[in-house]
Amino acid sequence: MSTGVIFSLVTALGLIRLPDVYTRTHAASKSSTLGVLCVLLAAFIHFWLIEGIFNTQLIIAIAFLFITAPVGGHLIGRAAYMSGISVADETVRDDMEVAIKNQKNELLNNKTPEE
Amino acid sequence: MMTFYWVSLILVSLGFTGLLFRLVKGPTIADRVVALDAIGISLVSIIALLSLIIETEFFLEVILLLSILSFIGTIAFAKFLERGEIFDRNNHN
Repeated sequence: MSTGVIFSLVTALGLIRLPDVYTRTHAASKSSTLGVLCVLLAAFIHFWLIEGIFNTQLIIAIAFLFITAPVGGHLIGRAAYMSGISVADETVRDDMEVAIKNQKNELLNNKTPEE
Repeated sequence: MMTFYWVSLILVSLGFTGLLFRLVKGPTIADRVVALDAIGISLVSIIALLSLIIETEFFLEVILLLSILSFIGTIAFAKFLERGEIFDRNNHN
């Protein structure tokens, strides 16, 4: 459980300190997922061993969070890139920009002969 | 053991406050959406700690419900940011 608490703190620290949206999604999706997984696992073990209740909803919640939180991070990052938010100044290379430019050029070249 | 739970609840609430700071200050919309997603997840762990502290298992349904709602909200925001609408009315592509 202390692992989970430490990871939640690291999430908040990362969201405050990191320079742009993409690094913030990186911090938020990974460390907060691991933090909440550790806390929920601790709650499950507490209820199972101390009070003798085998709670299935906690297992379902753990599985669901483990699947969906990285997907949410990915979707936010993709939406941020598509809506044109620029990356931080420290970025070395940007492969998506080249790919999207190529895609737009292909679309333009395909469209002009038809019309 | 109870003191340990209280201390961890206070620490998670500190992290929650940091996320609230990012939610208020964030320069772009995507920053605020990321902060909202992380706030939902950290709220889940706060509820788990609360149900450990007051020793009831009735809050555990809230955990599952809140994680599902947070995921749906995140997806809706991401789709709105990317395409400008949440539901596609006609299937033209």
